[in-house]
Amino acid sequence: MDNKINLTIDGQVYTANIGQTVLQVARDNGIYIPSLCYHPRTGKAGKCRACLVEVEGIRGLKESCGLEVRENMVVNTRTERIMEVRKMIVELHLSNGEHNCIACEKNGHCELQDMAYHCGVERPHFPVEHVTAELDTSSEGIIRDSNKCIQCGRCIRACNYNVMHEVLDFGWRSGDMKVICDDDKPMGESSCVQCGECVQVCPVGALTFKNAKGVAQYKELKKTKVICTYCGVVCSIDMYTKDNKFVYSLGTEENWEELPNKGMLCVKGRFGFDFLNREDRLNTPLIRKNGELVEASWDEALDLVASKFSEIKEKHGPGSLGFFTSARVSNEENYAVMRLARGVVGTNNIDHCARL
Amino acid sequence: MTNSMQEADKGNVILVIGTNTTWNHPVFGGMIKKAVKEKGIKLIVADPRDIGLSKIADIHLTQNPGSDTALLMGMQHIIIKNNWHNKEFIAERTEGWDEYAKSLEFYTPEKVSELCGISVEDLNATAKLYATAGRGAIYYAMGITQHSHGVDNVMACACLQMILGNYGVPGTGVNPLRGQNNVQGACDMGGLPNVFTAYQPVINEDARKKFADAWGVKYEFLDDKVGQTVTTMVENAGDSIKCLYIVGENPMMSDPNQNHARHQFEKLDFIVVQDIFLTETAQIADVVLPAAAFAEKYGTFTNTERRVQYSFKALNPPVGAKYDHEIVAEIAKRMGCLDFPSTVEELYSEIRKLTPSYAGISYERIMNKAGLRWPCPTEDHPGTPILHGAKFSRGLGLLKAITYRPPVEYANNEYPLTLTTGRLLQHYHTGSMTRRSKVLHGITPSGYVEINTVDAAKLKIKNGETVKVSSLRGSINITAKVTEKIKKGVVFIPFHFAETAANILTNDAYDPVAKIPEYKVCAVKIEKI
Repeated sequence: MDNKINLTIDGQVYTANIGQTVLQVARDNGIYIPSLCYHPRTGKAGKCRACLVEVEGIRGLKESCGLEVRENMVVNTRTERIMEVRKMIVELHLSNGEHNCIACEKNGHCELQDMAYHCGVERPHFPVEHVTAELDTSSEGIIRDSNKCIQCGRCIRACNYNVMHEVLDFGWRSGDMKVICDDDKPMGESSCVQCGECVQVCPVGALTFKNAKGVAQYKELKKTKVICTYCGVVCSIDMYTKDNKFVYSLGTEENWEELPNKGMLCVKGRFGFDFLNREDRLNTPLIRKNGELVEASWDEALDLVASKFSEIKEKHGPGSLGFFTSARVSNEENYAVMRLARGVVGTNNIDHCARL
Repeated sequence: MTNSMQEADKGNVILVIGTNTTWNHPVFGGMIKKAVKEKGIKLIVADPRDIGLSKIADIHLTQNPGSDTALLMGMQHIIIKNNWHNKEFIAERTEGWDEYAKSLEFYTPEKVSELCGISVEDLNATAKLYATAGRGAIYYAMGITQHSHGVDNVMACACLQMILGNYGVPGTGVNPLRGQNNVQGACDMGGLPNVFTAYQPVINEDARKKFADAWGVKYEFLDDKVGQTVTTMVENAGDSIKCLYIVGENPMMSDPNQNHARHQFEKLDFIVVQDIFLTETAQIADVVLPAAAFAEKYGTFTNTERRVQYSFKALNPPVGAKYDHEIVAEIAKRMGCLDFPSTVEELYSEIRKLTPSYAGISYERIMNKAGLRWPCPTEDHPGTPILHGAKFSRGLGLLKAITYRPPVEYANNEYPLTLTTGRLLQHYHTGSMTRRSKVLHGITPSGYVEINTVDAAKLKIKNGETVKVSSLRGSINITAKVTEKIKKGVVFIPFHFAETAANILTNDAYDPVAKIPEYKVCAVKIEKI
């Protein structure tokens, strides 16, 4: 194959596609290389240096997120030198801000925590600066904790170049530098539309979902690939649930380039599914008796529906029944309603909400 | 859509008309923005409101609501006068050209300028940019279709694309953005009065034979006449229609002229509503059947670009609720159809057998993947991102003269303002789901009427004041949002909110062919209270 090459990573030979980066090939093959600023959907940023590797024949350490594979390249990802650098990076991050994992929403799927664990760093050698910034809880859906921000810039690139909302940026200078909304407004007062893309790409606990706070630790969540129930784009969603309750949703990351939404969501797809958990969901059939809707058994309700349908058909003909199927149910279910109308009742009076 | 969303950055110019994309299809709105900002694709927005995309548009036309046909035909008038049309494409792929070209004479820039309330210069610039930039794509939504002349609007879009040869290649096409996640699928599955699955006509004998065979019923049993649409069924309630079975729909809120709709529903002998909440429509039903919601079931859904995707089951439905297909099968069985398919798999395998465009789309091919776009006739077919490549479905594309028709009702002395309705970013349709969401409700808890600063000043209305909005059909009290982001003389009300229901005001006049109501234009007045 023309577009394939072989390279060696940590003594093992792998086949890769031309154009792939060392980081991609390593990850495809289950080799851990941390990356704090690179994310598949925000691209390489060259800021964090967490993904440095050694390449035989090249002096110095190279950022694997931007390093294209070449034929017969020999890469090492876990040399002593690399581990020293990684430790240093972790320690520098831990010495700045407050990276307290205990009750953090990101505990268990934090990329800084992963890196610290991997390097065996529990606390930094440097003195820790305790300048505690206030949480920004002004937004309905998102909590911003700048104490946990590592200024990787993923959220800024995602906001400006993925979803194109152009709200987030770095503001202020040097030690005061931080991620800001518009001209440093609280998020809830800014032009942010709360699509949550920034939360999805944040490697740490600096951006989290307000609704999910304290609801479930990562290890308790179940992930399921569903489609969004709102508009016609039909975004692919990784829905996270616990104890049969919706907790939060992320745009599907796996295979994202091929998906209609490319991993992104809007405010409805992100936050609009807690209706599933509502206490006022219908959970019993209702039948109108003496003007009031009263609870009934399924058998009673279904018998009534079937007998009324048959009776009305008998009396007024099949064309006196009308069927509204739905743009909200699946193809299979639409087909079922269509077959019921045409094949069982015998009428073409079937339509749905496309016009409304 | 004839084309796919991923092609937004593959053409040269985009015409966005009758869609507030960044609110109603936000993720795709972002893709258009990206195409414009990063790839330099030219953008024309035609909308009486200042929408999210208008600030990055090369041209933003604020045409009068209901004047889209004139605008689209007027552009073609100018295109032909300037010889910018694609003669080769017209000759090879279309028919009716001579007569069509003649019919465009009517749409002079002066006349169109007056009908649309836009300047001749803007109209000329629009036609020039759209025709000469290269490959052009039209994206539209209900702003084009929800008119008493919705079909004309769609035809005008189709013809504009034909005379420019904008079909069959990336970054072109006529691209309606579907408003609900499975409108495309509901249509594909024959949830329409005139067709079985894959648009096989019910008046076609062979089609009826095919379905009668598959369902084990006598050929004569199947209705051989086109049925009624949702709008005509409501109109004929109590007369030809005695009973409605309503699945996952809330027409009491979404129908135009709500007071009239309620009156019509009251005439029915029997209403069954199958839903997840006790919606406005469920409240007037005779039987309410509790159903499972989307994430509580598995199956396929087809998006606006004809992409069939598989959705897994994330949650169990509430105890006591049933799956929609299960309920339907139970009813069928109780009506004597003992072999009605009872599982999702059985239904889908029947769909594939009877639906050529879905025949190649097995669950295995789309589970955990990105789905396939129909037509996909065989299991080794890669799907079809772009339609009408070598020829149109009907062979030659029909260029058909369109006579301008104004909206049924327009601003007058008593009702001097034009109301147009639509959705907000945070809410969806009748609000039965989004208004129950904490975050979405938190951001936007209630409705409002957008009114231009100048109109508001004339009426001495302040931002945030409660006003009375009335049409011939009814009135509502609602908060005024005074803004420069809407054309003078036009007001906008989102239709999500039962307590300030826009559809009390809207006109139930509809398109004679598509039977789609004229939600986008009616005459109203606003008074202080």
